Amino acid sequence: MMQPERKRHGLVTRIWHWLNVVCVIVLFMSGLNISNAHRYLYWGNYGFEPADAWASVIRFPGWATIPGYYDLAAARDWHILMAWPFAFGLLVMWAAMLVSGHFWRDIRTTRREWKPAAIRRDIVQHLKLNFDHSSGQYNFLQKLAYGLVLGVFLPGMILTGLAISPGFEPSAPWLVDAFGGRQSARSIHFIFSWAIFAFFLVHVLLVILSGPIGQLRGMITGGTAGPEETP
Amino acid sequence: MNGSIGRRGVLSGMGLLFLGACSKVADTKIGGSMLDSAEKWHRKIHRSLSDRMALAREYTKADISPNFRGNGSRTVDTPEYAAAIETGFADWRLEVRGLVDHPMSLSLDNIRRLPQRTQITRHDCVEGWSAIGEWTGPQLSTILEAAGVQDSAKFVVFRCADTLAGSRYYESVDMVDAYHPQTIVAHALNGEPLPVKNGAPLRMRIERQLGYKHAKYLTAIELVDSLEDIGDGEGGYWEDRSGYQWYAGI
Ligand code: HEM
Repeated sequence: MMQPERKRHGLVTRIWHWLNVVCVIVLFMSGLNISNAHRYLYWGNYGFEPADAWASVIRFPGWATIPGYYDLAAARDWHILMAWPFAFGLLVMWAAMLVSGHFWRDIRTTRREWKPAAIRRDIVQHLKLNFDHSSGQYNFLQKLAYGLVLGVFLPGMILTGLAISPGFEPSAPWLVDAFGGRQSARSIHFIFSWAIFAFFLVHVLLVILSGPIGQLRGMITGGTAGPEETP
Repeated sequence: MNGSIGRRGVLSGMGLLFLGACSKVADTKIGGSMLDSAEKWHRKIHRSLSDRMALAREYTKADISPNFRGNGSRTVDTPEYAAAIETGFADWRLEVRGLVDHPMSLSLDNIRRLPQRTQITRHDCVEGWSAIGEWTGPQLSTILEAAGVQDSAKFVVFRCADTLAGSRYYESVDMVDAYHPQTIVAHALNGEPLPVKNGAPLRMRIERQLGYKHAKYLTAIELVDSLEDIGDGEGGYWEDRSGYQWYAGI
């Protein structure tokens, strides 16, 4: 009998990956439109005066926002719609990662990898643009980046998004407290959205540097796990 | 590299198409109803996660913000309102009408004599900012019980004295929010009669929703079975004018 060939990316991973790309782009760009409505961020529970703000944000230009002109109502419509597939997609992805072992096998870091010398070696390899690590496995920095994005920043967007919503607060007031108040939750929502954007830039850059055609094909067809396919 | 630049060109072209598509989708019937049902699902999940009467957080006096921002209409631009300020709103009336057994016309004195609720709550504007203040007034449920709401009533419409860009302000809520214990007709902010910028002499407090639901300069409470014939039929001034969400708990 033929061994079923092990794919580099599982089906759930691939579907989730592209669904998530669409969700995050729409959420980010509609979020920037929402940000234009009140361009000040505060800590604590209240805040409305620029003098109390810890940050005054730029006005985002139309090409960076959804819709492409200032429209708070439409931007909120898009945000509220895409929050659903984004949140459920992440939930399914996490369940699949835990059940299939993808998380334990590929993303969880080991204590050995946290040694400074090992980290230094990994950084040097990245700076040399040497992506030839062993057959389809993630290296430490990749694991750290994917772990942070999957485990902190993406779920953080859902939790802070819920904490900002006044209709949700009565069911979980502790969530708002956990972030230090509604305006703090809003600030964290904003900061995390830029952390995700930063990940996105580095992620796309590394895909381009490490052979975009193979990488894209891998994320669409699944590719095969094996040294010959490592770009 | 050449191939990949071509590919990137295709990808960014697809990106632009996609963004253009967003506005097209929103304009279509299916797109629009998809956006509407997303709003409805948020309302359903908010309400199923907690008791329908679950309270919004109440704060202590120490949490009150030093000032309470006035937004939207900051006054009513009519000679009648200017005159009403002079007399301390002695002749102001709050009508209770529509699908009720006993229509009423209440003075400020009538309203102050009803059992009162005082609550220190956070006000969240759709724009993103928040302020905290102490509000006092009778619960809307007290007034509704006195008026005898008929079974066919499904919504409460709040009529206002102010106009924005030539249209009268109004808002509406369903019966869940109408009978919520923190839904009060406020006549005082931080122990003082309501300032003009915050809606003097009467405004609604709908604590689990965003600021535009909290109708100011309140003149009437109207019970209706449908919102279709009120204004442009979307349930409120901003809902009609700009397409804001009728359920403003998100
Ligand atoms: C990757 C996903 C997401 C990104 C990149 C994102 C981005 C943003 C940004 C940039 C803002 C503007 C913040 C401001 O200045 O006020 C915003 C606002 C908001 N987001 Fe998100 N968001 C995401 C997911 C979510 C989710 C899942 C929810 C709901 C559960 C949510 C709910 C909200 C709400 C309610 C606001 C309005 C906040 C306000 O009134 O200021 N977001 N988002």
